[in-house]
Amino acid sequence: MSRTRVTCTINGDPAEFLCEDDQSLLDALRDVVGLMGVKEGCATGDCGACSVILDGRLTCSCLVFVPEAEGATIETVEGMAGPDGLHPLQETFLEGAALQCGICTPGFLVAGKALLDRNPDPTEEEVRYAIAGNLCRCTGYDKIVRSILDAADRMEEAVPAT
Amino acid sequence: MRYVAPTSIEETVSVLAEDVPAQVYAGATDFIPQLRMGRPEPGVAVDLKRIDRLTDLRREGDQWVIGAATPSVRLGEEEDLVADLPGLVEAASLIGSDQIQSRASLGGNLCNASPAADSVPAMVVNNGRAVIAGPGGIRTTPVASVVTGPGRTALAKGEFLVELVFDRPPPRTADAYLRFIPRTEMDIAVVGAGARLTLDEAGRCRDVSVALGAVAPTVVTVPAAAGILVGHPLTDEALKRVAAEASAVCNPIDDKRGTIAYRRQVAGVLAVRALKLAADRAAS
Amino acid sequence: MTVTATPSYKWVGTRPVRHDGLEKVTGRARYGADLNLPGMLIGAVLRSPHPHARILSIDTSAAEAMEGVRAVVTGADFPILESEQGGSGEEYVDFRDLCHNVMARDKVLYEGHALAAVAATSRREALAALAAIKVDYEVLPHVIDVDRAMAPDAPILHEDMITEGVDPVPDEPSNVASRYVIDRGDIEKGFAEADVIVEREFVTQPVHQGYIEPHAVVADVGQDGKATVFCSSQGHFMVRSFTALLLGWEPSRVKVIPAEIGGGFGGKTTVYVEPVATRLSQKAGRPVKIVMTRDEVFRATGPTSGSKIRLKVGATSDGKLTAVEGSMAYQAGAFKGSPVSLGCMCAFAPYSVENVLLEGLDVVVNMPKVAAYRAPGAPMASFASETLLDEVAEQLGMDPLEFRLRNAAEEGVRAVYGPIFKRIGFIETVEAVRDHPHYSIELGPNQGRGVASGFWFNFGGSSSATVHINEDGTASVLTGSPDIGGSRASMALMAAEELGIDVYDISPIVSDTESVGYTDVTGGSRVTHATGMAVIDACRNVVADLRARAAMVWDVDVEEVEWVDGRAQHVSGDRAPMTTKDLAIDAAGTGGPITSSAAVNARGAGAAFSTQVCDVEVDPETGAVKILRYTTAQDAGRAIHPSYVEGQMQGGVAQGIGWALNEEYIFDDGGTMENAGFLDYRMPVASDLPMIDTVIVEVPNPGHPYGVRGVGEVGIVPPMAAVANAIHDATGLRLSELPMSPVKVLAAIGANGG
Repeated sequence: MSRTRVTCTINGDPAEFLCEDDQSLLDALRDVVGLMGVKEGCATGDCGACSVILDGRLTCSCLVFVPEAEGATIETVEGMAGPDGLHPLQETFLEGAALQCGICTPGFLVAGKALLDRNPDPTEEEVRYAIAGNLCRCTGYDKIVRSILDAADRMEEAVPAT
Repeated sequence: MRYVAPTSIEETVSVLAEDVPAQVYAGATDFIPQLRMGRPEPGVAVDLKRIDRLTDLRREGDQWVIGAATPSVRLGEEEDLVADLPGLVEAASLIGSDQIQSRASLGGNLCNASPAADSVPAMVVNNGRAVIAGPGGIRTTPVASVVTGPGRTALAKGEFLVELVFDRPPPRTADAYLRFIPRTEMDIAVVGAGARLTLDEAGRCRDVSVALGAVAPTVVTVPAAAGILVGHPLTDEALKRVAAEASAVCNPIDDKRGTIAYRRQVAGVLAVRALKLAADRAAS
Repeated sequence: MTVTATPSYKWVGTRPVRHDGLEKVTGRARYGADLNLPGMLIGAVLRSPHPHARILSIDTSAAEAMEGVRAVVTGADFPILESEQGGSGEEYVDFRDLCHNVMARDKVLYEGHALAAVAATSRREALAALAAIKVDYEVLPHVIDVDRAMAPDAPILHEDMITEGVDPVPDEPSNVASRYVIDRGDIEKGFAEADVIVEREFVTQPVHQGYIEPHAVVADVGQDGKATVFCSSQGHFMVRSFTALLLGWEPSRVKVIPAEIGGGFGGKTTVYVEPVATRLSQKAGRPVKIVMTRDEVFRATGPTSGSKIRLKVGATSDGKLTAVEGSMAYQAGAFKGSPVSLGCMCAFAPYSVENVLLEGLDVVVNMPKVAAYRAPGAPMASFASETLLDEVAEQLGMDPLEFRLRNAAEEGVRAVYGPIFKRIGFIETVEAVRDHPHYSIELGPNQGRGVASGFWFNFGGSSSATVHINEDGTASVLTGSPDIGGSRASMALMAAEELGIDVYDISPIVSDTESVGYTDVTGGSRVTHATGMAVIDACRNVVADLRARAAMVWDVDVEEVEWVDGRAQHVSGDRAPMTTKDLAIDAAGTGGPITSSAAVNARGAGAAFSTQVCDVEVDPETGAVKILRYTTAQDAGRAIHPSYVEGQMQGGVAQGIGWALNEEYIFDDGGTMENAGFLDYRMPVASDLPMIDTVIVEVPNPGHPYGVRGVGEVGIVPPMAAVANAIHDATGLRLSELPMSPVKVLAAIGANGG
């Protein structure tokens, strides 16, 4: 099978790779690019473990044919921490014990980031619906929801008052 | 399977004219899971999202024009659209999680032709029109006529949906859409009910439309609602009769998501709740 | 909130950030599917489309001839094992059954049953090769419903299955593998003493553990014939022994490297694809990776049993239980070994009852062999018993918690299943719920409140640990227990407590099968208890060694040296204290590296109890049940890391709510599972649940140095009855079938004239 060249930006870095046309973005990120933080739980868009932010929108990477990523900007969990340290969500997830087995955690962090990027001060209900596309079987969501709310508070405090 | 992403309607028409089995798609939120479940791959997958007109969302005079591949999330971000057609927006917003919302479109929801598609009852009560392109040019047809059965549409070979068009509502008019699912998210509708109505200045019903999803092979309307309600206030007694009529037009099946009896009963319940919600909106 | 009796530890009971946390929030942690090796092949498994069929022939020649295919295996590539019982933790394993479950021979027994596998250079080619394998089946009638499986004319799954535990021994084979009985006291006398007798039948459906990570393995068999297996599991020593056994090898030929595990809940205490990938790798001479799809996980790995349960309970007018009697039949799946006996033991275990007659039937049916699932067998039995107890309390006009307190088991009481309880905290959990503000919040229209309790044994078992003091005074703690939910942090906390050094100076490591001693699976709520004891023992050895070295340096008697806060102190003298680091730097001069191992076969796993209260609102027009509030009180003995104790409690409740309201295996008439995906196998999503409030009760377990009781499982036992009892409070309806889906609730409302 012939391969298609895809050029895109992943976590701020230019990326270029070859893929098969019917390959999912999930499979390409994992097996071609090597970003194993993007997890497969179902491959049908029902669990959110493969969540990435694609051109600013939270997306299941299992539901994207990889040629569609041509020219796109992709953010994964691997891009959340920077030279200045962890993203506040990563900090609050750790402090709040919001992960048990941790397999769903990258998807929740990415979904949490997508939420806080557009709604910096969500209510508990808004958080619950914003992460309803992410399944966690370990925690009952309690500590995940609290950690996202805590991160929102922490980020708000970090913004200088204007 | 080959991937192509035409950038114009004309280019798409010519791709579809090739002698290769083709599947057009927008968000692929139904298409990819179907492939995973064993549906044979088409020879070519035609991504419609690179055509500007198909991912547009604009007001043109007294109409809203929504590109067939415009992701659902965009509808909720358009405040004027939310004000004009809140029921349509809430129906679109119920199609899956935030992740799905980034991709799923009204056009895909319609053309996938699932009896349970959330947006279709809302489009039908709003008299939506589907703009269709094909080898013979562009044609427009009522949304209600697009789906002919589960997984089947009235689109001819080589045709594809371009956009959906809705009139802006006249005064004291509003719509609503409610669905029932066992969870609060991530489920396929067991029953869906769209309603739209216009009140007169005295608060009586002047015009009404009710459409139900997931209770028959295609979306069904409740024409008797007009006879019961038009010219009258929405009394409990009248709404009870509408509920009975809604249950009566259902032709549901028993399946893993619900039973015939359940769907009939809840269709009436949701129709009434949607009417009340639309009436509250129309009055405010 | 924590209800605690005593003391004061420096580290135990604190909430440090887990040591493996950074890797898990940055995407660097390696789970089962996250390893790719050079030259690796992709394996895929051919699975039966029929729930019951004879395999007349399998022709793999076309597949073997395909470009890109490097190996093909069928049942003929694996030895047939003799019937022999083995264990991996909580549930019974018969190795003959296991070998047939991993790869079918003459018959397939459920839709999804594996019967061949291929390894190819890509997944596309592997799937094409599977499609090229020709199988001739003689389709046989199938049976899934437990009553139908016990009917005289039922299709028989195993022609040699003669019911065990029945006298006289039956002449004919049946699908009833065994009968288990608890018979204590005088049941007729017990009911004769009762003023109130309630009897009901209950039905539950199979439910899946629902871990988010599908089973995944990379196996690499070298030219020396030795295998390295990288996989996620609840026990890599289990994977080693089971894989070796199924290949006819000695265990030492297999090294298993534990991946991080993406959830298990009991479902990863056995093997499926691990021996298959290993045999494929051996044949191909290349590494082979197999990752199950979600569809395969549902169709081919262990759910837990569905059940039919009839129970009868008698009580006096002053609220004293006099007798419990009943029968439970559990679906075992395709091979014997449902947890029905555990169900019989657990159902009334929180209570003191003298007259008990409970029968359990283990019934094989054409669905996947059940696997352990969090407190195996207890949740469905307790759904029945705790619903009935609610009904008895209602008939007596008694508060349901007060009714439980009047019958509560405590220290010295003989448990329904036999032994005498040591110190337990059941009463404390009931009181914690009774005294919680939740229990007195006023309810609105269509709202209801329900309570229920639950019991789980907890297990001990074999664990090993090794502790190394590093030259900078920090410590590495090696165990063989996969960390499913924060156990590394618990090990580090206990080691910090013993060694007296900072918890962040401890590096807790899950070691492979060649780097630490044998350790049973992470299951049975045993890790913090049993592996914790091994860690404590190893640390105490190290401390003894450190004291001896300090004594040597100071030239004093070892009794003169005490170990306080990570330092050697001279009890009566004037020697300056020596820190762990001081002693570590000079280790060579005092006898060499400081290290110690310990191993235990832990007994004395203290029983776990949980009492829970749930508020619901029922939509009378749609049957939808919304969980408004939820509070769970559980005896943890001693919470080593309270956050992860709370997490276990909350997670168990969430799974129980899913079981209560929506989760079930749905089969069509042809025996095909209709909902093998997360869309229609409806596990709770975040918007379905409220915050789950926790009360950690601490009644120390006398069988553990710190009083630890296992906390992983009991939380899933009460929720189904708590929800059912809340629905009853809201609607007046007693629901006796799970799941209590909107369809069932609305039908019940309708049948009641509502």
